[in-house]
Amino acid sequence: MLAKIHITLKKDVLDPQGSVIANSLKSLGFDGVKDVRQGKYIEITLDDNDKDSAIKRLDEMCEKLLANMVIEDYSVEIN
Amino acid sequence: MTNSIWQFQTDQSLVENHGLKLDEFTKIVEGLGREPNLTELGIFSAMWNEHCSYKSSKFWLKKLPTTGERVVQGPGENAGVIDIDDGDVAVFKMESHNHPSFIEPYQGAATGVGGILRDVFTMGARPVANLNALRFGDPGHPKTKHLLSGVVGGIGGYGNCIGIPTVGGEVNFHSSYNGNILVNAMTVGIAKKDKIFYSAAAGIGNPVVYVGSKTGRDGIHGATMASAEFDEDSEDKKPTVQVGDPFTEKLLLEACLELMKEEAIIAIQDMGAAGLTSSSIEMASKGNVGIEIDLSKVPMRAKNMSAYELMLSESQERMLMVLDPTKEEMARKIFKKWDLEFEVIGKVTDTKKLVLTMDNKEEASIPINILVEDAPEYQREYVVNEPSPLVELDHDELDDNNILEDLLKMISHPNLCSRKWIWEQYDHMVMADTIVRPGSDAAVVRVHDTNKGIAISTDCSPTYCKHNSFEGGKHAVVETWRNIIASGALPIAITDCMNFGNPEKPEIMGQFVECIRGMGEACSKLNYPVVSGNVSFYNETNGEGIYPTPAIGGVGLIKDLSNTMTISLKKEGSYICVIGNSNNHLGNSQYLSIVKNKEIGSTPSIDLEEELKNGKFVLNCIEQNKFEAVHDIADGGLLIALAEMSIYGKKGVNLDINKSSLTEYLFGEDQSRYLVEISKDSFEELLLEAEKDKVFFEKIGFTQADQFEIKNIGKIKVEELIQAHESWFKKFTN
Amino acid sequence: MKSHVIVFPGSNCDRDIAVSIKNISGNAPEMVWHKETTINTSDLIVVPGGFSYGDYLRCGAIASTSPIMKDVVKKANDGVPVIGICNGFQILIESSLLDGALMRNESLSFICKDIFIKSKNNSSIFTKNTNIARMPIAHNEGNYFVSSDQLKKIQDNEQIAFQYCDQNGNVDNPSNPNGSLKNIAGVLNKQKNVLGMMPHPERAAEKILGCDDGKSIFESFIN
Repeated sequence: MLAKIHITLKKDVLDPQGSVIANSLKSLGFDGVKDVRQGKYIEITLDDNDKDSAIKRLDEMCEKLLANMVIEDYSVEIN
Repeated sequence: MTNSIWQFQTDQSLVENHGLKLDEFTKIVEGLGREPNLTELGIFSAMWNEHCSYKSSKFWLKKLPTTGERVVQGPGENAGVIDIDDGDVAVFKMESHNHPSFIEPYQGAATGVGGILRDVFTMGARPVANLNALRFGDPGHPKTKHLLSGVVGGIGGYGNCIGIPTVGGEVNFHSSYNGNILVNAMTVGIAKKDKIFYSAAAGIGNPVVYVGSKTGRDGIHGATMASAEFDEDSEDKKPTVQVGDPFTEKLLLEACLELMKEEAIIAIQDMGAAGLTSSSIEMASKGNVGIEIDLSKVPMRAKNMSAYELMLSESQERMLMVLDPTKEEMARKIFKKWDLEFEVIGKVTDTKKLVLTMDNKEEASIPINILVEDAPEYQREYVVNEPSPLVELDHDELDDNNILEDLLKMISHPNLCSRKWIWEQYDHMVMADTIVRPGSDAAVVRVHDTNKGIAISTDCSPTYCKHNSFEGGKHAVVETWRNIIASGALPIAITDCMNFGNPEKPEIMGQFVECIRGMGEACSKLNYPVVSGNVSFYNETNGEGIYPTPAIGGVGLIKDLSNTMTISLKKEGSYICVIGNSNNHLGNSQYLSIVKNKEIGSTPSIDLEEELKNGKFVLNCIEQNKFEAVHDIADGGLLIALAEMSIYGKKGVNLDINKSSLTEYLFGEDQSRYLVEISKDSFEELLLEAEKDKVFFEKIGFTQADQFEIKNIGKIKVEELIQAHESWFKKFTN
Repeated sequence: MKSHVIVFPGSNCDRDIAVSIKNISGNAPEMVWHKETTINTSDLIVVPGGFSYGDYLRCGAIASTSPIMKDVVKKANDGVPVIGICNGFQILIESSLLDGALMRNESLSFICKDIFIKSKNNSSIFTKNTNIARMPIAHNEGNYFVSSDQLKKIQDNEQIAFQYCDQNGNVDNPSNPNGSLKNIAGVLNKQKNVLGMMPHPERAAEKILGCDDGKSIFESFIN
């Protein structure tokens, strides 16, 4: 089972990298870039068969290690 | 209403959530002649909290000596300023960022560095050195490793990126910080004496300009956000941790320094704690004028920000300035060049009020004097804690034959081992002016394009302060003074970062009062005044306060860099001598703590006359080129100091000491002492000079190739010492 | 000699290298803002160290899109000597003037310390004076990598400029500070007029800073 995890900064937390990327895209002529937020993408291959228990474990992994819950949010997607 | 004596319309819990007491709120109502609205309440809360108002500490801080012939600006501005000759000044301050660093160590420490950098470049100085003073809990505590890695990462992440070298600092571990670490950051900058910028606003009608990053909902106080006013969209309104953006700060630094070359800035203030609130009020109060701000003009990062949020946001990398109106366009161009926000958000007025509007609606109108002069000031009740008594140790319990084993144990202990793992993560050489790198007594940084330098050291011994706050306060000041002397510099002034528990507890207040008294005595005697500082109270967890920690950052001047001194042994066959009296004081020592696992006995006392005499002698000799290496004797005593000299110089020693209580002599922490390496030929002459100056001077051995040797005790390889000294951090953090 | 130092937002070794060049050549370089589009006639172009654009996205990636870089690439192709140090090396790689990639240090932490390098190729103008030299590194992403095909190519063309070594010149594992493939500390382009290197010779160009080995690199091409 393949889990895809996206980790992003929480909505109101400043994302310096995002703003720099947005400005750079604008200066390269890409108009209409309103906002850029950057984050991390992690793939985890699990030997679980049960989706519910996998999600539970993945939540735990995110909260314990993968995401910094003080400033980041995460989302888990399972194929 | 939760209490019958509460006679106001405003909800009592709202007031309490803003950290204000009933009598303080009553004072606000009397001053305004009405009850404040929510925005005004937020402003009072920010201005009258301990951090901004110094309400518990002000009375005592006034007792510290703050003047001297080299003091250009003492406490009260963004940073202190001292004269370092030739029209140059050094601008410096140390500040705490303890609580944010405990919550999110990387960002907390990073924004701490960012904040202190802004304090220094706001005054027109280019920052040239960062230092820090860090305290963590017991290494065995489950949080310590995570906090250590995060804090070191954050300090490095910010300083390395902005390109200011982190040249020194100190790190201690003690269980009293298990639930409350201390992150104190210091910055030193260099400016021209006739180009210092201050915060007093002036010129009625002049534009008030906002520059830097946009304002978001960063760091707005949690308790206040839970109030009824903020029910919609509540997930979005949670307080957020401030994230440091060193890249933007670098742009802000360059833009500000570029603008400062022009005669355009009338007043400037960084937006630190309580951002727009404290900066605007500070500028108005110092200039004895009013300020009017249209909050809808503030550059915003988030949608629908309220006046309350805009005033209390602690978004980083922002500045407020009053500009000469004829230079506004020129200034705008500079900030545009650096891709930074530049917005005229208000003007200087003659009303002596802070008036805020938003979308043409008045949001606040407060006379400045109520906020500043009428701010509460307390003389808190205090009790002076009895200093821990002298404990007579039984010499038979100490085994002189174990000295080398004890040495290895101590030199590899978290509190005495090498901090290389830390400083290798800090760029300590950028700007190409670092003359003495981390690891010596004081860091030395060249004043760019000259042959002079400044020596900087941070220090404090909380255990000393806990067991005798008066002597501990003295010691913190003296230790930096001694470090600066040992590097060949003339000590000039200090900044202090006072970290204590809850001042409402008389015994904590007693620690504060006694530390201040000790510091004041040392500063006066050594002509080493305080020019800036910061107080951090309420460092407690579950009612347990931290050890009293008055961290000191000292700055000195080396007029000729060829006189710079380091601790590393330079050659074989030199003599090793001790300067200053040894009285075998083992109380509260690292030896007892590490080897015997005991925290007992009295704090060593300092005879300031002796200190001054020995220090002057050492500096004199350094300037006359008579020493090869110098190290002050501090934590761990003589043998630890000598081992460090040996380790950094990769040279051995051969000690021949004829004393009965060898363990006490080698590990005792008597004060006012230095170890020096001298060439054999100059021994007789130095002995005579020391006698003439009534300075105790004694030869204890000589240097040799690669063995660290004590006569009649044994020897170990220097390489073995190095291994022991450098291994702990790597092992701990792996 | 006419030299130019490119300044990006976030550059922080621009002043340091300018001081070194002035001390050695007697002439201060011209500082060129990244938003410019052309550089005047030049004998040497320096892309300095620092954190251009905060190292956000990828080190050097955003700086390589700056207007001035088109002219840097053009002049490099015309044979003008170009040197990129630390972040400058990263920018030259992102601009495709040099081969390879600079990954995160193997230790996953920033490293600031003195190291030793030796020149692998004494035929380029940058490396002809340097045998073994001590100087600092200060970076987070200096772990050099190329594919095995490319490695063979740059080896065959003698494009490896410097390798990390010990004080006696032994190129071995303990002397590799960041995990770089083959201890590579600096590489040249095929024509040998473009050099990228992680170590900072400009921080080791005065005795008072602890070491002046860095001078030899400058002296080889500054006259």
